[in-house]
Amino acid sequence: MLRVENLYAGYEPGVPIVRGATIEVAPGEVVAILGPNGAGKSTLIRSVAGLVPKFSGRIVLEGADITALPAHQVIRHGLAFVPQTENVFAGMTVADNFALAAAIVPPRERHARIGEMYAFFPRLAERRGAFAGRLSGGERQMLAIARALMVRPKLLVLDEASAGLSPKMVETVFRQLQAIRQTGVTILLVEQNVRAALGLSDRAYVLAEGENRHAGTAAELWNDPAIADLYLGGAAKREALA
Amino acid sequence: MNLQFVVDGLLAGAMIGLGAIGVTLTYSILRFANFAHGEFIAWGAYAALTLTALIGFLVGHDVAPLGPFSFGWPLIVAGVIAMVLTGVLALALDVVLFSRLRARGNAIIMVMASFGASLALRSLLEFIFTSQPVYFSRELQIAIPLGAGMKATPDQLLTFGLAMVLVVVMFLVMSRTTIGRSMRAVSENPALASVVGVDVEGVIRATWLIGGALACAAGIMVGITVQVRPYMGFDLLLPLFAAAILGGIGSMPGAVAGGLIVGLAEAASVPLVGAGYRGAVAFVVLIAVLIVKPTGLFGRRE
Repeated sequence: MLRVENLYAGYEPGVPIVRGATIEVAPGEVVAILGPNGAGKSTLIRSVAGLVPKFSGRIVLEGADITALPAHQVIRHGLAFVPQTENVFAGMTVADNFALAAAIVPPRERHARIGEMYAFFPRLAERRGAFAGRLSGGERQMLAIARALMVRPKLLVLDEASAGLSPKMVETVFRQLQAIRQTGVTILLVEQNVRAALGLSDRAYVLAEGENRHAGTAAELWNDPAIADLYLGGAAKREALA
Repeated sequence: MNLQFVVDGLLAGAMIGLGAIGVTLTYSILRFANFAHGEFIAWGAYAALTLTALIGFLVGHDVAPLGPFSFGWPLIVAGVIAMVLTGVLALALDVVLFSRLRARGNAIIMVMASFGASLALRSLLEFIFTSQPVYFSRELQIAIPLGAGMKATPDQLLTFGLAMVLVVVMFLVMSRTTIGRSMRAVSENPALASVVGVDVEGVIRATWLIGGALACAAGIMVGITVQVRPYMGFDLLLPLFAAAILGGIGSMPGAVAGGLIVGLAEAASVPLVGAGYRGAVAFVVLIAVLIVKPTGLFGRRE
């Protein structure tokens, strides 16, 4: 489904943050990208989404080379990205957030698609007239995910879906991602919450300093001491991951 | 007390509000204060004037005024074409100047460039048309009594009505259409807007076209009710910015409300404190509102 080959990307010319990263996501899979702070995880998926300049390498989505495409074209190829922060339009209502994203859905299907999302996230249906800026952190995350799902993406890419949420809300969001996964949507996610990410994923990549360091199934990485070393760098690793 | 200033203030305010919509759209979407916006008002008015003369020449005879108004159908046709042309002028200015500077991401450079563009456009207008004022029509207008000692000419009533219609149309465009939602989205968060499929460059182009067209409409209205001069846009520039800031940057209803308040404050200053303070009164109101509500009347905190 998605193949990122030897990608170099960054915000300033000549200063790559992602340095030769290579990842692959198969249809129906849930793949996590893990790594310590500053590993280049978010930059990697933001460059896949068309938001960060690429210096070299290739990004292929279902056979189509999307390396040079801007973000508004990437979503039309079936890759929907949910940013970590400021991922809803706070000055618009929930309904307007959906209506904006529905512009790339065929006109005859728009109403039904938005209805599907309200059915999947009933809380959003209750708050459809509310400004997104007035929603709770969890509701905003729901809206951001629902807005991305509404376009029926081939690949849903999430950047730190748990960031800034309470533990209870993280549980709720990951339960919803599990439900989304059951519908067959392919998911690529970046997460700091290793436990939650590996609990959801089939496979994961570990990045450090913009490079691939480890890769494997969720179970393999869960039991790999090197992962905890990268995250916690010490004796607390086992207790933290256990 | 003669309440005529209310009519004068609302008329001036409607035109200021119309121009301020363009200012507030440009500011919120492109994130810089475009001081060349006033020139779109003047260029729009001269474009309509030239096209009206051209249509008159092509028709080959004088066209009678429409009903009680001072102008005939050629001005309506010319006005529509001039709005398109002024939108294209604004877009061309972006392509030639602002888009190149935007890539460097420095708002101060953009503001200074807009000063330069403003000077160049105004000087060019003065060079072509001279600084002598010109008029769309020299037909005499009889003012209609409106009650309470207030009067307005048919032209004034029509331009006020048209300004309000354009404001309502713009409100509907911004709230009900895809391009309107896209403009609001880019104004709030351009990166997120592109992620959800909005072509940000397309929205920027639409912003210039709409801003230019509305400025042209304001220019024609000022031209019909007052006169057409190369400095007409420059003279309106500070009231336009005052209206946009007063209403809250990014808010279209705010720009219109700000325009009406600035127009009324300026007009009220004449009988209350004297014509010499006309320009200052609007800014006293602006400062007072900003002290009480720094985001402006309808603005949102970032």
